[in-house]
Order: sequence, then C-alpha cells, then structure tokens
Amino acid sequence: MAEERKAVSLTENDYFSDIEIAWCPGCGNFGILKAVKQALVDLQLPPQKVLFVSGIGQAGKFPHYLKCNMLNELHGRSLPAAAAAKIVNPELTVIAEGGDGDGYGEGGNHYLHAMLRNVDFTYLVHNNQVYALTKGQTSPTSDQGFVSKTTPNGAHEALNPLAVAIATNASFVARGYAGDIPQLSRIIGAAIQHKGFALVDILQPCVSFNHINTYQFFQERVYKVEDEVGYDSADRLKAFEKALEWGDKIPTGILYKVERPVFEDSLWQADGIPLVKRKLNPQIAVHLMKELI
Amino acid sequence: MLDLNILVGGEAGQGIQTIGFVLGKVLVRSGLQVFADQDYESRIRGGHNFFRVRASDRAVRAQSEKVDILVALDSRTVKLHKNELKENGLVILDKQALGSDFAGLQILDIPLEKLAVESAGDKITANSVAAGAVLGLIGGDPEVLFKVLAAQFAKNNENVRAENLNAARSGYDYTAQRRPAGFIKLAQGEKAGPNMFLSGNEALSMGAVAGGCKFVSAYPMTPVTSILEYLAGRAKECEMVVIQPEDEISAINMVVGAAYTGARAMTVTSGSGYALMVEGIGLAGITETPAVIVLGQRPGPAVGLPTRTEQGELLFAIRSGTGESPRVVLAPADVEDAFYLTIKALNLAEQYQIPVIILTDTHLANSMTDTPEFDLSQVKIERGFLLADKEVSLLTNYQRFAISESGVSPRALPGQGQVMVAADSDEHDESGHLTEKAEIRHRQNAKRLKKYEGLRKEISPPRFIKRRGAVVTLIGWGSTYGAIAEASGLLLEQGIINNVLHISEIWPFPAEFVSEALQLTVKSVVIESNATGQLAYLIRAETGLSVSGQVNRWDGRPISASFILDQLKKGIIENGRRA
Repeated sequence: MAEERKAVSLTENDYFSDIEIAWCPGCGNFGILKAVKQALVDLQLPPQKVLFVSGIGQAGKFPHYLKCNMLNELHGRSLPAAAAAKIVNPELTVIAEGGDGDGYGEGGNHYLHAMLRNVDFTYLVHNNQVYALTKGQTSPTSDQGFVSKTTPNGAHEALNPLAVAIATNASFVARGYAGDIPQLSRIIGAAIQHKGFALVDILQPCVSFNHINTYQFFQERVYKVEDEVGYDSADRLKAFEKALEWGDKIPTGILYKVERPVFEDSLWQADGIPLVKRKLNPQIAVHLMKELI
Repeated sequence: MLDLNILVGGEAGQGIQTIGFVLGKVLVRSGLQVFADQDYESRIRGGHNFFRVRASDRAVRAQSEKVDILVALDSRTVKLHKNELKENGLVILDKQALGSDFAGLQILDIPLEKLAVESAGDKITANSVAAGAVLGLIGGDPEVLFKVLAAQFAKNNENVRAENLNAARSGYDYTAQRRPAGFIKLAQGEKAGPNMFLSGNEALSMGAVAGGCKFVSAYPMTPVTSILEYLAGRAKECEMVVIQPEDEISAINMVVGAAYTGARAMTVTSGSGYALMVEGIGLAGITETPAVIVLGQRPGPAVGLPTRTEQGELLFAIRSGTGESPRVVLAPADVEDAFYLTIKALNLAEQYQIPVIILTDTHLANSMTDTPEFDLSQVKIERGFLLADKEVSLLTNYQRFAISESGVSPRALPGQGQVMVAADSDEHDESGHLTEKAEIRHRQNAKRLKKYEGLRKEISPPRFIKRRGAVVTLIGWGSTYGAIAEASGLLLEQGIINNVLHISEIWPFPAEFVSEALQLTVKSVVIESNATGQLAYLIRAETGLSVSGQVNRWDGRPISASFILDQLKKGIIENGRRA
C-alpha cells in the first residue's frame, strides 16, 4: 500500500489547500484553521480519511481551505449529513462545522437531536455571535441588547449552547477560543478522539461585524477549567454551573464529558464491514417474498 | 365470471383489517385473483372503517362499489353501505348486538360474540368467527382458512392460535348450514404455487431491499409509515440501517450524507414532509448525489385528509427544488410496478447521480393484491460511474465534477484510496470547490441538465392498449391503472372501442410517445385523482396537444371503474360536451 510505504509522519503542509481564502484579515477563523490542522497532525490522521461536513456562512467555507474530503451542506443541515456519513462509513473521521446562526438557529432541531442521538463525530461551532456572511445581523448567541441592522432596539435573550448541550446530556461539551490556538487544538484533538458526539463551541471574534465580543473582550475574560484544581468534567451539575458563567469570567476547556452508548451501538452491527463496502445482492429479498404467500 | 365483493365494516379497533386480510389471503390461496383496499379515519378507536375484498377468476386490479357480502360489526356499517349491496347481496350481522331493525335487507343473523365465547372462551375471537362465517357462506375450503389463520397467529402462543381456529370453525359451520340457495359457491382445495398477497408499500419496501438500499431515514407520516416500519423491523436481515430522525429535513439531509459517502439511500414521506425536504432536492441536484425519495401522496393542501388518497402532487414533484436540476419521477401503477420501479429508482439515482422521486399514493400504498413472486434474477444493480477501488488508485488529479459527454462524472467516495472528494452546495468548479465565475457556472449547470439526454432514453414507454377503430383514448398515471383498465373493458362491452394510455415513468415526460398515441383517436380523456387535471396540463405543456375531456376525483376516495363510467356517461357519452 502506498499509504504504508509513505510512513513519514504528516505535517501541517499535508492539509494545505491552495484555494484562496475569502475571510477578512484578522478573522477568528484563521486561528481555528490553524488549530484544526495542528490537531490533525497530532493525531496523524491522513486527509483522505477525514471528512468535513459544513453548513453555510463564513464558517461553512472552512473545508475548502483545508485538504480533506468535504461536503458543504445546506444552511443548518451539516449535522444530519455528518451523522449519516459516519454511520455508513465508520472508518472516516467525521467533523461537522458551521457558525452559530447555522447550527443554533437554522439547524437548532438537529443540534438537540444530534446530542441526544450521540453518533460518533465532532461538531465545531465558530461562534462569533453575529451573522457575518449576510453582513451583520443578530444571531441566536448575540448578547442581550446587541444592536444590529435587524435588531435596532437590541437583541433578546441569547441562547446558551453549552447549557443546552449539558441539559441533553451531550457526551462531550467543550468551549475553545480562537485566540488560544494551543488549547483549542488540544480540545479539538480530544473531541475527535472522544467516542460519541463531541461539541466544541469556539469563541471566534468577528473583526467586521461584532465590535463588542472582540479579541480584547475575550482576552480579558477567558480562563481554562483545566487550570482549576479539582475540576471534574464528569460532574454534570458543576459543568452546568460553568456553562451558565458568562460575563466577567468566561470558562474554556472541556466542561463536560461522559461515556454514553453511541447511536451506532443500537444499530444492527454486522461483521464490521461498513455499509458502503457491502456487496449489493438482490437475492437478499428472497425470504421476504415467502412471508407473503 | 365470478366477481365476489366482501365489505367488512365497523369501528376502528374492532379487528376489521384482520378479517379482511385473512379472507383476502384465503381467496388468493384458493386460486382466485384478489384486490383489497381499506378506508379508515385518522383515529385509533371508534368512527367508521371498512375493508373491501374483491375476488375473481379473472384479473381484478381495482375495487368495486357493488357488494355481495356486507359484514357489519356495527349498525352504522349497515346504514352507510346498504345501498352498495347487489340485488342478491347479503348482510352478515349479530342481531343480538345490533338489534333487528333492518327491514328490506337480506340478513344472515349470526351470534358472533356468543359463538366466540362458546367455541374459544373469549369474545375477542369474534372477528375469527366472522372470517369463518364469510367463508362458510361462500362454501370455501375451511382447511385453507385454518392454515392462513395459523400463520396469522404464528407469533402468538399456542392457546391463542387454537382459540382462533376454533372460533373460525364455529363461524364456518354456522353459516355453511344456513347458506341461501343459489348463493355464490367457491371451488374447494388449495391452489399449488400460490401468489403473494401484498400491499403497494410492502412491494416498494421489498424493492428497496432487492435494489440494494442500505440506508433509510424517514419521519413517520401516513401513508408511508408502514414502509419505515417494515424496513426497520427487518433491518438486520436486510443489512440496512433504518433511522427515524427528528424531522423530514433531517431525513433528506441524512440521505444525502449517506449517499455522498457511498451507501444507496432512500427516504419516504408524504406531501407536507416532502415540502420540508424540497431544499434537499436542490442539494442532491447540485452536489450530484444519488437520492431516492418516496412521495406517498394524500389529499392536501397542508394536512388535508390524512388517511385518504389523491394524485395532487405530480407537478409539485416534477418542479420541486431550488433552481433547475435534473430528476426522475416514477409513479408505480400497481404492486409489481412498486417493486420494480423502486429498483429502477435506486439504479437511475446512482447511474445519473440525481434525486429520483417515487410518486405513489395512499390508494396504492394500502391496497393489496395477489401477484406471482418477483423475479430476482431480473434485478440488476447498476451503479453507473461509481469507481472501483482499483480505478481510484490509478487517479492522480481527481475531479468529482469533471465535464463529460453525458453530464455524469466519475464518482469516487470519501475514504476510497488516496483521492479526496469535494462536493458543494454552492456552484463549484470541476474539483468541487466554490466559484462565482460565470463561464464555470454556465458549464456546470449545462453539464447537470445534460443528464436529461440520457435519462430520456431510460424512461420506458407508457402502457398502451391500442385497438383498431378506437374512438377515444383513456389516459391516466400512477395508481389508477387498475380502474382505468377495467373501465376500458366495460366500455368495450358497450361497443365503445377505446385505447388506454397509462404512464408510470412520467418524468422526463415521454412526450413523443404520448403525442403519437393521442393522435390516433378523435377524443381523449385524462382520468386522475385531483381537481385541476395535472396530467392534462403536463400533456399540453410537453406535447402542445389538448385532451378533449377530463375525469377528476378529489373527494379523497379512490377512482373505480364505475366512477369513470358514470362520469363519462354524464359528460362525454351522453351530451358530448365535456369531450
């Protein structure tokens, strides 16, 4: 196998895409791109075995800027497609991706059920608390009072995606910050390795349309739960408390992690041959006809 | 010619379906051809439901409104259906339970509950008594009934099985001794090599299995829920994954995800669910992902009549989706079509990398008929330009959307060898990466639509019954074929020579064939279960020809031969105005 002969270890260059990047200079997405590449290098995952499924928005463009398999889905619909892809071919590392509007607004129902279903894949949410591709409207995670072109009187109560995640007993709930690439890449690596649905909500400053939640805003507030002595990410109530924290201090890291059966376990499990590799044989229907006589 | 019609009616929850199903199966095993359909309300208990079984020594492929035996489990059934009784028609009922106020009707009074308690010790077996009573009345073979009942209760314990057999025997004996002289009498014995007795949904589900479908994601909705349940219950033996997702939007996007990754995938839904899926049709179109969507029509708009039938979504299916992208629409005529066209749908979806819609309806979904076993040796799995592992290993610069003569590009799968597969819901270049360049957009859109050239050749011609001297062509599509073919025969008996043109593979539209067929007769009538005449419109749009008349039914009830004849008599034949 060519793959084995080339047993040289993978570097960030192996994930380099020559597609021109259409993000604004200084965008938080660049930090996320860097962190993802580092995580893939750390785990030595060949790009051919990685599938990114993204939604629509600035974050949805992400897989174009990385060398990998990619399915750029509809707005808000990355999660169902990612789950199905993983189920039919568990040999792939599947990562779904999108922004806060895509995942928490348009795709809100899929978000809830992806966490309940617990298929084994990772979900990265670029949470910039604003609609950037459509140029500056409010988002489900915009802070209360956030003034935008569509909310001249200020936004209503914001969605707390992490609290919702812990309420559904999502099996891996983390928050990263695009301004802290080493921690973010560690979190993403752990999310990929986690067996089950892994949510990484990423604080991503938008330099064009969000002048509240800026790099400076986060720099002054973020702290890491892993630095807290005795923080136990298996403690659901404690994690919920952390998830509610937003203001002067904003926790990052793996807030909650629990081993739960994955959805795939509930399915008919064959001899380990992925569905996509099974031979299609019409004779499989023979016995169905006998039932009906 | 034998044309036996049995109608079993009562409240939801009285076991009407079991009686009807068992009788249908017994009649098939007795060597008759059978068509059965059911009519029910959107409720679990109470109301009025009925199940009709029609049997003949010739082909019957539609229901009839003329009843020989009315099995009334409640008095409402008598009231609602007594006018459907034939001249010698007979009502089976329990006067103890329903009273005796049934003047003018020929009644066979049978103490159903009493016999149930006496023979089986439990009044719950009254519906087995009723099944036995019907068979005793028509002099059927009781041994066939016992075999069918034993199979029906195979999963229950031995006592339940024995109780129901005893109950059926007591019903049989009771009516066998009280048969009116000269009443219909069946031949004895079981026919060797009997046919299957199955519904459109069962046939479609089996088609999915035989056609290599490996992934089904669907949200429950009448009339397709039984497909989802059938496949979920057999997922392991059929080597399939079946998922009930949170909504129809999830269902279609799961199908796209599974199919992009390489599994044959399908979803099933009805009109409202399909409306939610429509964005996914465009997605499958632009990402050139195979997807099979079963759209089981029921009367709309919105929730409409949830348990009834209609053909109101033909134009919707053909035109659904964002922008313009190729698709195929197949509308099975009967159970055999439901099986083979599902396989064809799965094949065409992969061969052309497009969405394929199977347009069925409540009538076909739920009605049952006998049919010989399907010939699996005829089933071929065609995966088109799906690349083998070896072919992929030879690729250096793979482009998922390479421009090709046919519009179809070689398809590799993610994780297959060293290539990477990019698919985008945005317009994209040949490599799958997004672009806004005018010339690339022009080329990619043209490439996708070019698939219609090949698809037109894949569409089989409509069923066409052509008679010398025909004056009128009866035209239909989908589940109305049985009724139209029967109406055609009845018209012929009346001396009206007619042709029948019936379309199952409806999009891309077989315009040339239809155009030529229409020009053979002076008059032509389109018969369809909708108010606006969607096929008539499509014929006009695709051939430039107008049909001379329309028969439409939109009350949610299935079209029958007598309905067609009544309508024709009103319009075309008597005053000629409608035609």
